[in-house]
Amino acid sequence: MSEKVSVSPSNQIPQFEKVRPTSLTADAFHRLRKNKAAMLGAVIIVMNILVATFAPWIAPKKYDTVSFKDINGTPTWVTRIFSNMKPIEHGGYVKIREGYLLGADNLGRDLLSRIIYGARISLTVGLITPFINLTLGLLIGLIAGYRGGWLDNVTMRFVDIMYAFPTYLLIILLMAVFRLGASKLEPGSLGYFFSQLDASMGGLLFIFIGIGLTSWMNEARLARGQVLSVRENDYITAAIAIGAPTSRIIFRHILPNIIGPLIIAETLAIPSYIAYEAFLSFIGLGVNPPTPSWGGMIADGVVRIQAYPNHAIFPALALFILMFAFNFLGDGLRDAFDPTLRGRD
Amino acid sequence: MGKFILRRFLWMVLVLFVVSLITFILMRIIPGGPFTGEKRLPAATLAQLNAKYRLDRPLHIQYLSFVEGVIIPRVTTGKQSNYLDHEYLINVRLPFGDRTTFRWMNFGPSYNSIGRTVNDIFREHLPISMQLGFSAFTLSILIGVPLGIISALKRNTLIDYLAMAVAVLGISVPVIIMAPILQYIFGVQLKIVPVSGWGNLNQMILPVVALGASNSALIARLTRASLLQVLGQDYIRTARAKGLIERLVIFRHAMKNALIPIVTVLGPTLAYLLCGTFVVETVFGIPGMGKFFVTSVTGRDYQVIMGTVLLLAMFLVLANTIVDILYTFIDPRIRTD
Repeated sequence: MSEKVSVSPSNQIPQFEKVRPTSLTADAFHRLRKNKAAMLGAVIIVMNILVATFAPWIAPKKYDTVSFKDINGTPTWVTRIFSNMKPIEHGGYVKIREGYLLGADNLGRDLLSRIIYGARISLTVGLITPFINLTLGLLIGLIAGYRGGWLDNVTMRFVDIMYAFPTYLLIILLMAVFRLGASKLEPGSLGYFFSQLDASMGGLLFIFIGIGLTSWMNEARLARGQVLSVRENDYITAAIAIGAPTSRIIFRHILPNIIGPLIIAETLAIPSYIAYEAFLSFIGLGVNPPTPSWGGMIADGVVRIQAYPNHAIFPALALFILMFAFNFLGDGLRDAFDPTLRGRD
Repeated sequence: MGKFILRRFLWMVLVLFVVSLITFILMRIIPGGPFTGEKRLPAATLAQLNAKYRLDRPLHIQYLSFVEGVIIPRVTTGKQSNYLDHEYLINVRLPFGDRTTFRWMNFGPSYNSIGRTVNDIFREHLPISMQLGFSAFTLSILIGVPLGIISALKRNTLIDYLAMAVAVLGISVPVIIMAPILQYIFGVQLKIVPVSGWGNLNQMILPVVALGASNSALIARLTRASLLQVLGQDYIRTARAKGLIERLVIFRHAMKNALIPIVTVLGPTLAYLLCGTFVVETVFGIPGMGKFFVTSVTGRDYQVIMGTVLLLAMFLVLANTIVDILYTFIDPRIRTD
């Protein structure tokens, strides 16, 4: 290390090699770029986004075109992978249809096209839900943490109670309220507006709200904890002393200082939101059919897993790859922005 | 300690009250009732049915009578006893009198399956879900803890990397992916175990593994991290310095403290496993409670919904309370007050 420092005999100040100054964020992104797993995840996510965006151009067929003569049709290469799928020509039961790259489902719809369109649902949920959760959790956590006192007490006890609520049962109940409730509303009411909006989004809106309402508690708890520690800083006292309004203190002084860990926590939670949507579509409370969702496709396919394993395995693999990508990227982001956390849970 | 348990008990009551209230409100927001299904009933029949099940009473009365049925225990005698066995979840025959029985927790009748009570349904389906959940729970501890210990002790060796790679894989794969893939590989392709069903031991293997895998991975990672942290502490060095054999250092000194974070996640883990059985039950065709819950929500079978949510919430709160009490035994530094 001493090579870079040149000390001249006449007691001059040592000359250091000049280094370009970098901001903390740039530093973090540099670390992120060097993380191969995270970069792989990012590439997969970008590819998924491209596929989802340009689905109508990429998909070989329409996702809802039913073709009765191609029901359960399978290309040859798929029958080679799944050894129990013997073609009719070889004494089996499988209709060979080379036109379907991954096969056709039980209504003769192209599996590949449905998987391509299904990426839209999983990605939208994975990218939008964090914002909803962040907003909801931050708002509640900020107010509870900053105000303190009884408000904090009541909010946090409510959070504790919600932790004891079986999450899956709650989300099933909520979705039932949204889905079944929406059918009986009069035009003109707020609920009707929402149900129309939901229908125009293929059922996604209620999925966002459902997941948001069941998972804001983690965010709120985290935000509150952060506020409690930041609140004691001198610069907050100073802001109060010069008469800054509370909203300014919360949003200009506290928020920027606590948002980092929250964003990282949300990134790490993305796979679980994707899994939630898959679960909801799996039990039939997710997106409206015939919009394809990977969870719904798995549910449809699992019934026939002995005869046509490709119907369930391919969407499961698609879901697996996307969740892995988000996991890798999330871990990478956390390690990049907070290197002290590396290797911890 | 007594005061602590009392406080936890009161907290449990509050939690169950709020949970049941939220469930009740959510259910009643859904328009329609249990008898307004596809078959249109004549108005008079509908009114009679509603009157029979007291669905024509004001909502708060309905809620209060439900709560009363659940929490007030009764002691009954005489002939009617046999019928009441269906209505109550807990029936304890007392050793005196004419069929004197202590009864508790009446969740009421089911509206969709006429003639059956909610407790009939629980008796048939709940034990299956519980078996599944608890087996997966046991599996995740039995695999997770030893795996974590091994990789902590063999840190930065091939075994460690391999174990942790498998763990990361396990954590990232939800049941909805794990179940069909396991089913295909071991049931359809290799034909080692049956594809679906429930009852035999070999039918249990796949569902339990599918459900418990991701949690065992989580526990393995947690055990590794926690044990590594403890192993770096001074008292471990002291134990080694005084010549204690490694086995005792690990199991008597290190594990005690390393266990604390693991115990913390056991409560939520159990909760997750007991509630998360739905996908596994559907994939493997297991007649458990999960499937029943969804059909009862869409069928507005209010009593079944309330009963299931309450019973599960009760398990969760109890599990968390037990964990809290276990804490004080594992770690005397934690005060109960």
